[in-house]
Amino acid sequence: MNTLAQFSPSRVWLTAGIAFRALGRNTLRSFLTALGIIIGVSSVVAMAAIGDGAQASITSKVAALGQNLLTVFSGPRRNGGVNSGLGSSSTLTIADADALVREIPGIVAISPEVTTPAQLVANGRNWSSTVAGESPGYLAIRNWRLAAGTMFTEREVRSASRVAVIGSKASHELFGPVNPVGQTVRIRNIPFSVIGLLESKGAGIGGQNQDDRILVPYTTVMRRITGDRYLRSINIQVRDAADMETVQEQSGLLLRQRHRLAAGEEDDFNIFNQKEVAETVDSVTSSIKLLLGAVSGISLLVGGIGIMNIMLVSVTERTREIGLRIAVGAQPAAIRLQFLLEAVGLSLSGGVVGVVLGVVASHLIGRVAGFDISISRGSVALAFWVSFATGAFFGFYPARRAAALDPIEALRHE
Amino acid sequence: MTATRSTSAATPFIELSRLCRTYVSGEVKVHAVRDVSLTIGRGDFVAVMGSSGSGKSTLMNTLGCLDRPTSGSYRLDGVDVDGLDRSALAHFRNHRLGFVFQGFHLLPRTSALENVELPLLYRVPMIPASTRRSQARSALGRVGLAERLDHHPSQLSGGQQQRVAIARALVTQPDLILADEPTGNLDTRTSIEVMALFQDLNAAGITIVMVTHEPDIAAFCHRTILMRDGRIVSDTRPSARRDARRELAGLPVVDVPTGPSEP
Repeated sequence: MNTLAQFSPSRVWLTAGIAFRALGRNTLRSFLTALGIIIGVSSVVAMAAIGDGAQASITSKVAALGQNLLTVFSGPRRNGGVNSGLGSSSTLTIADADALVREIPGIVAISPEVTTPAQLVANGRNWSSTVAGESPGYLAIRNWRLAAGTMFTEREVRSASRVAVIGSKASHELFGPVNPVGQTVRIRNIPFSVIGLLESKGAGIGGQNQDDRILVPYTTVMRRITGDRYLRSINIQVRDAADMETVQEQSGLLLRQRHRLAAGEEDDFNIFNQKEVAETVDSVTSSIKLLLGAVSGISLLVGGIGIMNIMLVSVTERTREIGLRIAVGAQPAAIRLQFLLEAVGLSLSGGVVGVVLGVVASHLIGRVAGFDISISRGSVALAFWVSFATGAFFGFYPARRAAALDPIEALRHE
Repeated sequence: MTATRSTSAATPFIELSRLCRTYVSGEVKVHAVRDVSLTIGRGDFVAVMGSSGSGKSTLMNTLGCLDRPTSGSYRLDGVDVDGLDRSALAHFRNHRLGFVFQGFHLLPRTSALENVELPLLYRVPMIPASTRRSQARSALGRVGLAERLDHHPSQLSGGQQQRVAIARALVTQPDLILADEPTGNLDTRTSIEVMALFQDLNAAGITIVMVTHEPDIAAFCHRTILMRDGRIVSDTRPSARRDARRELAGLPVVDVPTGPSEP
């Protein structure tokens, strides 16, 4: 007998009709059984969307830091066992920054940085923000553009001019929607004229709002605002990505030399490599994704077991029906196909609902929690495929049991 | 109709030779059928009688290609049935046999038409849906239920349900109908109605083998086989056969056969 003829598309279609009618007979039970798959699939889709979104947003944030960026922070990583925070101790000087640029090949630009919290007053309003002392090269290094006005110049740095380039958040708080260029801002009561407005950049890696700040020449901060002689950090842009490690190493050696650190003594500064940060963040999000994937996988497994359980119950309940079908001449393969299609129908419809629910849920979570989400076609296709495979896998044994029933016994079954 | 069908008078339609069927349950061997040889000609109408445990159900299951003999052979219309595998047996049952059960065995919450269509769903190669429909409709017409196509079993009386089951057995145009106590759940008048239907089908050339407990019902058949302890103890052809149609005409009309259902 030609077994292929039994599985012609029209035969599968006909059997699917029988299977789906059986599912429709018991709507509530079918729904509850599919619920396991619905939850599993929607969590797979939502987790993948959130995970991919997080990864994409972190990648873009890392890129937004600037290209080939090294950052030297003052202060050791640890201080007598206590981590006192980056930039906490005062070791980096302007001379250090100048030396780096002068002595290490491969450095394109540097930007010394000092920051201090300060009260901004303008336009009859005041706002607590961060004053960042930077150099003109800072914007290029950080890959940051101006929305209006100009950046301060090297000359203005040398003369410690009272000019400021304001972040969009700080500008909005002080001036509202009005273009702040040409206005005056008082920082700790010292008047600064606003010459530029930064483009909005959003939250940084640490989650702090990068737009809530005001840039002024670093010399101005050191001489006029804080009176501090030390830098918080130095941003270094390296010409070639391949030279990142070499430049990092050479900068470290140079700074140790300049700070007169003896061999064996700990560094009194810290150099962060943007690439390393990106890699660390990437590996963290990858393992979070893996974990979420495992949790979703377990819920699919539980859903699959639920399907198997209900299919076994269903085979037992419908023993007489199966006996009748076999007696009137149903091929064992046709019975197997019918129950397999019931299981696959359950899991696949659970998969469809799950995908829809997962997409909706990830958008909701994205909106409420402010995550970036990214729903890939791959994760949706994977969810469908996995739900199909779950049904086929867990439906196989009950279907085989149904097909193996002895028609005489089955017809007598009470 | 199947294309090849032996019409030679030399080969009997059903030929059981030295049939034995032994069940082993635990340590006990049950000899359900012991060394039964039997031939049934095409167009015969046979009643199989006997107390429970006499082996008549086992005999019927063997005739119905649902069970295989432990030893001996079974040839149906020249085909050596015990040489067929599970799937070939299913194919054979589907094309050649019709079953009628005591408990009707209709699918619940399924219309009469779809119940009758059931065996046709498993035809290989497949029958187009429209052909299935029309064949099922004509089978229901043959049992007098043309007006009840869309009724579910729960909306039909016992007699009507059994007639749907008979239509289901008929729809494949079988050579042989096997009926297992078809009147066991029916009252006297409905029983006679069912027997009238069987006599009509038999007159149309279908061979029928029927298990019954009641000698009254057996009296509608051409031939009565009595079994005891797995053996045939008598095989008789009554001289005067009951005619169900004539008896129905003589009976007072209690309910109209095609009237509204009564549970």
